[in-house]
Amino acid sequence: MTWALDHAGQIADLAWRHVLLAGIPLLLGLVLAIPLGWLAHRVPVLAPVMVVGTGLLYTIPSLALFILMPLMLGTRILDPVNVVVAMTIYTVALLVRTVVDGLRSVPGDVDAAATAMGLGALRRLWQVQLPLAVPVIAAGMRVAAVSNVSIVSIASLIGVAQLGDLLTDGYNRNIPAELITGILATLLLALVFDRAVVGVERLLTPWRAS
Amino acid sequence: MIANVWRWLADPANWSGATGIAARLVEHVRYSAIVLLIAALIAIPLGLWAGHTGRGRWLIATANAARAIPTIGLLFAISLWLGPHLRGDLAFSLPSIIVLVLLAVPPILAGTYAGVEAVDPAVRDAAKGVGLTSSEVLRQVEGPIALPLILSGLRSAVLQVVATATIAAYVGLGGLGRYLIDGLASGLYAVMAGGALLVAGLALLADLAMAAIQRLVVSPGLRRPPTSPRSTFRRAARSARGGGKQTGPDVVDPSGRHPTTSATPADR
Repeated sequence: MTWALDHAGQIADLAWRHVLLAGIPLLLGLVLAIPLGWLAHRVPVLAPVMVVGTGLLYTIPSLALFILMPLMLGTRILDPVNVVVAMTIYTVALLVRTVVDGLRSVPGDVDAAATAMGLGALRRLWQVQLPLAVPVIAAGMRVAAVSNVSIVSIASLIGVAQLGDLLTDGYNRNIPAELITGILATLLLALVFDRAVVGVERLLTPWRAS
Repeated sequence: MIANVWRWLADPANWSGATGIAARLVEHVRYSAIVLLIAALIAIPLGLWAGHTGRGRWLIATANAARAIPTIGLLFAISLWLGPHLRGDLAFSLPSIIVLVLLAVPPILAGTYAGVEAVDPAVRDAAKGVGLTSSEVLRQVEGPIALPLILSGLRSAVLQVVATATIAAYVGLGGLGRYLIDGLASGLYAVMAGGALLVAGLALLADLAMAAIQRLVVSPGLRRPPTSPRSTFRRAARSARGGGKQTGPDVVDPSGRHPTTSATPADR
């Protein structure tokens, strides 16, 4: 506890970096997964290809993916961009499937009614399908949010600063208090991310409030 | 850069010897197999018991919540705490193996429990009705029906273990992770990228192997083509009963994972 209080400034700085490294990919991933998921939903032939393809991406271990990023992006190994891109890949891999499930959860007659009212494909997506798919997509976002926060801590092994630094430093210098602080801070941040997604879900689905 | 990585991978000298790629690969697979065996021996009986009796649900919930702990935190904490009490090679390998087992148990446990729990009560009643004892119901009915989800839990565990065994090289475990960690420490990008490619390849192969096993082992009666009218009818009947499409054996899908049962999230 005293360790955490003595290093509050450092912890806050690392936590903010952690928020960016986990949060930006979460939003980018969602933005990319929606059109991909929509495409898979509209063109059923594509669905298995996309689900299997993104599933394969998810099998790549995080440390390996972080290290392979410079090979693909031409960045340097210490560049935080590597982590952002790698985490975005994981998020997309997780969410494409969720978006497809979400769009499938929209009742067919609702969709038909929207079509009958003269809504085109895009307006139907934006005004009818996506709002109704929010609960399913939010469930996937919660999984992705918690998993992102956890995976990002591994980036401390390749020298990208975030809360995982407390873990590696605590281990290397044998400071159990620092290590435990790191674990608790990461857990707390995961909880904050999870609550944030739930909060946004509530805002977007006022009709479900009871 | 790519040429360097390729040269490192293609050099036969890097493949032979006690610290060669072949030996590291065998080491990685051996550690992973031991860990998965131990984890399966713990998690499958426990999950079957919890699903069959409906007791011990807190166990599943606890195991799932524990997944949010960052893996490297767990790895470092247990190494730091246990390391000084152990001697020789064991000081490096035992803490890692314990952590890997801890990480492999939750997905298998969750899959097994979900598999047994999702068995249609009518099927269970019918099995009792024809005179099967409680343990026969578990072995002959619930077990086989739960198999697809047990295997998909196992599949997630395989990925988790292969990935985390790589990271465990940081606390001294052998295996392919050595190339990533040692290459990083000595600033040899070709070595770490070569190692990373090998690890990614191993993970991919392990996942494909698990997918093949899923196909081979699951009873044909539980497998149905998604397009046949019969399956559509059954699915409709199922959803009419209020069970979403997440219950039941049709969770077996090409990727073998489902958001509700997949272990993936925690972290790798």
